[in-house]
Amino acid sequence: MNQGEIGLQETVNGEATQPGDRQHGKPTRWRRDFPIDWPEDDYISRRELVKFVVLTSGAFVAGQGWIALKSWMEAPRNAWPVAAVATVEELPVGGAKTFHYPEGSPPRLLVRTGPETFVAYDQQCTHLLCPVIPAVERGQLHCPCHNGWFDLETGRPLAGPPNRPLTRILLQVREGTVYATGVEDAAA
Amino acid sequence: MPVPANLEFFIDATRCIGCQACIQACAECDTHKGHSMIQVDWVDRERSTQTVPVICMHCEWPTCAEVCPSDAIKRTADGVVQTARKPRCIACNNCVLACPFGIPKMHTEMKLMMKCDMCYDRASVGLKPMCASVCPSQALAFGTREEMERLRPNSRPVNDFQFGNQTIRTKVNVMIPRDTPREIVDVTASMYEPASGNELMDGLFSEAFEESEV
Repeated sequence: MNQGEIGLQETVNGEATQPGDRQHGKPTRWRRDFPIDWPEDDYISRRELVKFVVLTSGAFVAGQGWIALKSWMEAPRNAWPVAAVATVEELPVGGAKTFHYPEGSPPRLLVRTGPETFVAYDQQCTHLLCPVIPAVERGQLHCPCHNGWFDLETGRPLAGPPNRPLTRILLQVREGTVYATGVEDAAA
Repeated sequence: MPVPANLEFFIDATRCIGCQACIQACAECDTHKGHSMIQVDWVDRERSTQTVPVICMHCEWPTCAEVCPSDAIKRTADGVVQTARKPRCIACNNCVLACPFGIPKMHTEMKLMMKCDMCYDRASVGLKPMCASVCPSQALAFGTREEMERLRPNSRPVNDFQFGNQTIRTKVNVMIPRDTPREIVDVTASMYEPASGNELMDGLFSEAFEESEV
């Protein structure tokens, strides 16, 4: 070839020159660790890992904040309505009556435990939502489904499968009428 | 999704009219938003208006990736050599210097090497890369080999190139006249300078040229 001009060569053997990271056509060990082909590349750089960890944990933190905000927004802040549920004359001592409070709620159970004392609870057993029935002579409420027992005075579970107290309805007796004035917060 | 195996890129420099539509279209591509990865070079601007579009040739053994010290340049399974991966590229410029075709572009403001990736978002779903879709003379053409055979009976595709001692086979084809014998331009030969009489300077590259003669 005459140097100084642009050299023209007849056809080459057509075999591409293999780079130095190959021995007998196979990649060397270091090249296998850092391959050129994307599908074989499974190395995760520190920067990628840090980005993943920071973004993921950031998303968890933001999610927690969102849940807290959501429950704060949805917390009931309106006062409970006052509703007449029964007259004192209507129920004999030891008598019971179901009612809905507030309107459209699951059934509640009103029990006259003494001449002047009334109690009211959610009628649904806290185990599997069977209706509880009053057992006033024992001072208890009975769930016949799985033989669960609640204390009539406090609503606390005494025996059987239920382990959470019945939700209590706050009552007020005024001028011969029983009024429901609120639902006790289960968490309180 | 990989680029369909039957679709290939064909460059025919003799058809290039230098309109630079490809440069504009390239910048529109979503894989390299706003940055054109294509160059239109003059062959001999003093004497001729002939231009050559230069896109990445997607080598069988990509020299850019071979020299990358940070393992940033990757080739997908369909043989397309991609832009450097952002978390890894250290903007060292090795690829820019090593590529025989002068393809990689260093964006120092982003500390990232970007290169022609055959508009991977388009090619991988079977669409033409932006440049091939706008080229009015189809100097840049993307299609099947049979199609090219039928449309250009006087040309044939060539995809191996000689750079000094390095023979490079590429995924992208260059069209040459059908009846010419395969002549391979030894690019490094043009770097030869005649002896100037300066002993130090003349000796500097002689070894390299002796090697390339082998």
